[in-house]
Amino acid sequence: MFKAKVLIKRRPTILDPQGKAAEIGAKNLGLSNIKNTRIDKYIEFEVDTNDKKSAENEVNDYCKKLLANPIMEDFEFTLEEVK
Amino acid sequence: MKSNPKFGVVVFPGSNCDHDTYYALKKILKSNVVFLWHKQTDIDDCDVIILPGGFSYGDYLRTGSIAKFSPIMNEVIRFATKGGYVFGICNGFQILLEAGLLPGIMVKNESLNFVCKDVYLSVENKQTAFTKGINDKNLLKIPIAHGDGNYFADEDTLKSLQDNHQIVFKYCSHEGKIDDEFNPNGSVLNIAGIINKNGNVFGMMPHPERSSDPVLGKTDGSLIFKSLANYILN
Repeated sequence: MFKAKVLIKRRPTILDPQGKAAEIGAKNLGLSNIKNTRIDKYIEFEVDTNDKKSAENEVNDYCKKLLANPIMEDFEFTLEEVK
Repeated sequence: MKSNPKFGVVVFPGSNCDHDTYYALKKILKSNVVFLWHKQTDIDDCDVIILPGGFSYGDYLRTGSIAKFSPIMNEVIRFATKGGYVFGICNGFQILLEAGLLPGIMVKNESLNFVCKDVYLSVENKQTAFTKGINDKNLLKIPIAHGDGNYFADEDTLKSLQDNHQIVFKYCSHEGKIDDEFNPNGSVLNIAGIINKNGNVFGMMPHPERSSDPVLGKTDGSLIFKSLANYILN
């Protein structure tokens, strides 16, 4: 079995309204040096196979077809074998 | 020739404008209309499939991203590919984008607020099945109600949309001025509705079903449904 950790990041050229809003909060907190806040998605799940190649393929499909939208997001992931 | 086109309104878990759309088609336009449960794998001989507004699958992950895998969507995609009319309203538009039947994507409103109000739409293309019947009007007053209506597409896609006259509605002032000031959600080019190249798949964020019954004091939305029904009949 593998543990998958996926990071989905909005493309840098696309506005991230949530990051922008968080930065307004940062300003209100008096944190004046904070800039370029991006709020992305971190997703964890397990892949129930012992074959790393097929786990990679499945995670890749999951990310490409559902978890991320390639028009606006990029993704990367790691796989770690677990018992 | 058919006497009256048959509309199918798809019901996803979390759809909440399905009954309003059904009502507008049935009671106001006197159309033949049925509900289609999202687990169905056929579309019941419908001439038009409507993906209604709402929050399918709770808007989890991204709006429309999970609904595109509902069983009925295989059939909707097949129907659209064969030239069948598919109309996505609000969440339905978001589903069409996620399903790849229309180009681009919706992101959160620039203001981060859910915006619910009447807006004015400039009719940019009157040659479509959905807008041909609008006749002498260049502006429509139709309400929006969404949190993720900020349309985005890359430059090549936008150029292609413009070159092929696929931008059907743009947000504007009550006098028809298209400007940032009258853009309720940050959509690129003030886009409120687009159609595919073949002219049979159309998506818009505003809710025509909410401006179809004269009792509500506005009927511009009904012009879109009427236009489509007449286009199919003729």
